[in-house]
Amino acid sequence: MNEKLITGKAAPVRFEGVTKRFGRDVVAVDNINLSVETGKLVTLLGPSGCGKTTTLRMIAGLEMATEGRILIGDRDVTTLPATDRDVSMVFQSYALFPHMSVLENVSYGLTFSGFSKTETRERAVAGLELVGLKGFDNRLPSELSGGQQQRVAVARALVLEPQVLLFDEPLSNLDAKLRRQVREDIRAIQKDLGLTVVYVTHDQEEALAVSDEIVVMRNAAIAQIGSPRELYDAPVDQFVADFIGEANIVPCMIDSVENDTATISIEGYRHVLPARGLLVGPAKLAVRPSRLVIGAENGFSARIAKATYVGVRMEYTLEASFGTMFGVQDDVDAPLEIGSDVTVGFTHKGPVLLPEA
Amino acid sequence: MRGDLNESTAHPALIFWIIAGWVGFLLLPWYGVEDGFLSFKWLVDGYPFDEDFAPAAFLIGQGEKLWLAPLLLPLAAPFLVVRRKKSDPLYAIVLILAGAVGFGWLIAQGFGIGIRGYTFDWLTALFGDLDDRQYGMGYGALIVASAFLFLFTQGIAARGAINGDVFVVSAIGGVIVIVTTFVFFPIAKMLLAAFITEEGGYSAAVFASKFFDDRLWGLGCFAGGRCGAAWNSLFLAILVGVLTTVLGLVFALVVTRSGFRYKRALRALTVLPIITPPFVIGLALILLFGLSGSVTQFFAELFGIQPTRWLYGMPGVLIAQTLAFTPIAFLVLIGVVEGVSPSMEEAAQTLRANRWQTFRTVSLPLMRPGLANAFLLGFIESMADFGNPLVLGGNFDVLSTEIFFAIVGAQYDQGRAAVLAMVLLFFTLSAFYAQRMWLGKKSYTTVSGKGDAGVHPLMPNGLAVPVFIAAGVWGMFTIIVYGMILYGSVVELWGVNNSLTFKHYITAFSVRIEESGIRWTGAAWDSFWTTIYIAAAAAPLTAIVGLITAYLLTRQTFAGKNAFEFGTMLSFAIPGTVIGVSYILAFNVPPIEITGTGIILIISFIFRNMPVGVRAGIASMSQLDKSLDESSLTLGANSWQTFRRVILPLLRPAILAALVYSFVRAMTAISAVIFLVSAEYDMATSYIIGRVENNDYGLAIAYSTTLIVVMLAAVGLLQILVGRTKIGRRTQFGAGE
Repeated sequence: MNEKLITGKAAPVRFEGVTKRFGRDVVAVDNINLSVETGKLVTLLGPSGCGKTTTLRMIAGLEMATEGRILIGDRDVTTLPATDRDVSMVFQSYALFPHMSVLENVSYGLTFSGFSKTETRERAVAGLELVGLKGFDNRLPSELSGGQQQRVAVARALVLEPQVLLFDEPLSNLDAKLRRQVREDIRAIQKDLGLTVVYVTHDQEEALAVSDEIVVMRNAAIAQIGSPRELYDAPVDQFVADFIGEANIVPCMIDSVENDTATISIEGYRHVLPARGLLVGPAKLAVRPSRLVIGAENGFSARIAKATYVGVRMEYTLEASFGTMFGVQDDVDAPLEIGSDVTVGFTHKGPVLLPEA
Repeated sequence: MRGDLNESTAHPALIFWIIAGWVGFLLLPWYGVEDGFLSFKWLVDGYPFDEDFAPAAFLIGQGEKLWLAPLLLPLAAPFLVVRRKKSDPLYAIVLILAGAVGFGWLIAQGFGIGIRGYTFDWLTALFGDLDDRQYGMGYGALIVASAFLFLFTQGIAARGAINGDVFVVSAIGGVIVIVTTFVFFPIAKMLLAAFITEEGGYSAAVFASKFFDDRLWGLGCFAGGRCGAAWNSLFLAILVGVLTTVLGLVFALVVTRSGFRYKRALRALTVLPIITPPFVIGLALILLFGLSGSVTQFFAELFGIQPTRWLYGMPGVLIAQTLAFTPIAFLVLIGVVEGVSPSMEEAAQTLRANRWQTFRTVSLPLMRPGLANAFLLGFIESMADFGNPLVLGGNFDVLSTEIFFAIVGAQYDQGRAAVLAMVLLFFTLSAFYAQRMWLGKKSYTTVSGKGDAGVHPLMPNGLAVPVFIAAGVWGMFTIIVYGMILYGSVVELWGVNNSLTFKHYITAFSVRIEESGIRWTGAAWDSFWTTIYIAAAAAPLTAIVGLITAYLLTRQTFAGKNAFEFGTMLSFAIPGTVIGVSYILAFNVPPIEITGTGIILIISFIFRNMPVGVRAGIASMSQLDKSLDESSLTLGANSWQTFRRVILPLLRPAILAALVYSFVRAMTAISAVIFLVSAEYDMATSYIIGRVENNDYGLAIAYSTTLIVVMLAAVGLLQILVGRTKIGRRTQFGAGE
């Protein structure tokens, strides 16, 4: 029954031509357009310094956009400071107030939102229950484990029923095992309450696991937006292909295009795949390591340069005439020998042509 | 629901300041009440119609002081926008205009009309003789001025400055106004005084004749005569800077690079300069080396030499200042010496440097900025020191005492005092500027957040021996000097009658218990209680101003922040004597007329000690992660609520330190105080100096000892309180378990 106390009041977020400059000429975010739908979990993903955290902080109101408009719901919040925006944020360092108990931390935001004392308490308790910390009310943050502190930070943000909930690399201070569990918990709560969540991370696996949509950023601009599967299976360029999972970039020749289906050839090996608007001529192909078939009947030739045993599979570095590739094989009992020549082909689905090389 | 706040038309801060402005105008006495700020006799003494206590509205109603009437307009203007939204451009414009016009008019009329009608001749020429006068501003004017200021800052905030944050804009505005009023204004006024002729006109020739005076720049000492005060001060300050730096380094090396066992005792040394009134060392030296001093007498009997007055002059002042300021250099250098990363020294050792080579090629160069810093601190302290030259100076004139004699002596020459103060200010500000601009950017502190497992190597032997000798000798000397203070306070008459007595304590602090209660019959009680009262009033105000400034400097970015920082730290480099002179010149006439009151003492302490509060605040605030503020902001708290509920509670140790420190500094201060005390508000230190001038050393030393004990108790109490807040942690767990 308590769970009903906290609901989602989610709203969409829109960026219209937003630019953020620090000082005169440091451009942190360059003219981006972005739309986050209500109830969706959208991840900002990119290498460090790509502007993803600045983008997040502009949604929170901790940085002000230099140009452009930011809308939350129907409201233009471009010039509103953080205090006046209906947004909460979970910080990388959690930022729990060390001098307040867990319950005081969770109640903190509620006391500024016009709730009565009893209501504040009820909501805070409900929030703690939601993240599975019932009965920890009077502990100090220093008396909790890292994972528990993280959940307090989530509860503190959740109880305000914000229009948008922001996460700034929330898992980076947790150990690997805990990370999987916490990210599943976050996703479950987000789905239950139908929250709009914007999530920043530099870990592509984490992004693929939790997101409805991923925004890949590079050099202060958006490189690609799409669902996890779209990004993985159809990256728009080499950067995205390589950043989301690993990819081998293979030069190829498009021999013919028919009904948006292209036939390509690599050293005489032919493969048929979607043309993605490309025309006949030289092109680049992105192939995931798992989509290389080592020892296929048809294919191009390569030589095994390195072989590494990592337990669940074998990893090979292959040398072909056009460069090195990275491939994997599940057969660990009969590894291929270094220096042997093999024929390498592609699986039926998997390789994609990169629209812009 | 949070989002709606911004669109609402309720502005509590605005309404508060509008009401405050009207209360100041309608209800409170406009002019300063003579009985003192905290006296409320005026309430029954003809208020509200008597001219002396009437609020502005009543004055105007009775047809007096009509120049206050225009203030009604800017006071009324904000009513126009109370119902408007904050984002409405009119809201900002009306508030900015009302604030600026009101504040500007208030200042203009304050300076334009004084005790003798118009202050400036051109005003008389323009409007004819004014047949009226006004005195210094009081409660009413103060409140109205604040109301205008904060209406103005709310207008600025509404225009979007600092993200429209009213608290931050108001805090910046408030700090700028009070620092301008109580630091820059008096200094400017003093600079002007240097150009005033005896007839009251301005002339550069007057300044030149005073500036190029031989008593200031003479170089006669090279020819066996006397040197000018400026050269004396400079030589002395350089010598003291070098000596304190060397001795400070010696002690720092003993603590960090030796197997010395009583390091904690050495560290306790750093407390000494805080709790010792500046002239006490001088007194102790007189007991030892003065004409009837114990050492002098001993040698006189042993060798049959005639006792001389060698102590009075440069040697005495040099010894006293070196004793007094070595702990300050030690405090700075201990951080520097510890800051040199042990791994760097270990790296040098693994690269085949021996201990001496390591010290010379790695440790010492890394300490260089710290050494320069310690030198400049010693330089500034010596320049500003007033008590020791006053007690020991003899014929050796230095700037700080010359300023004093120019004002209080028979010559009473404000212009000369102002010129001397300018020279002194030039020296200290140059050192301060050098310290900030040159050293500020060049920090070799090598302590990073990462753990450094290394250990500092011991000093090379060739260095250790002289270091230990120097430390030992100087340490013994310090102990003897402080021992003399204690001993001197219980001796009947030093050098003449050496029998032990509590006479001095009884004269100073006797108490009689009568039916009507305790009667404080001792001679010192008056000044003692005044000191406690003034220091206790100044301490919290100092801490508040200091911490708010520190908050602005560490947590906010705004245009002109560097200038803001420089301005707030500046008063650290302004010697107390300069503050004293400038306060007398600036606050003896309307619009701010507070000389002779306790308020001027409190204010001088606030701005003398503010840099200490700022530094304490900055040091501890930079340890609080900024994400704490940010998370509070995203949770819907505004910046004031964040400051009060998150930052302040976490700063409790810093607040306590700032409180106690400013309390103690206010008790030991002498240089500014001696200009500002009055018969009614005499402070302990100036009372003691008065006793010294009457050769009543016994009482002076007994009183000083008492002060030291009181302050030691205050510092000790602080240690206990701060220690407790650190371990204070709730232990009870959830009721559900």
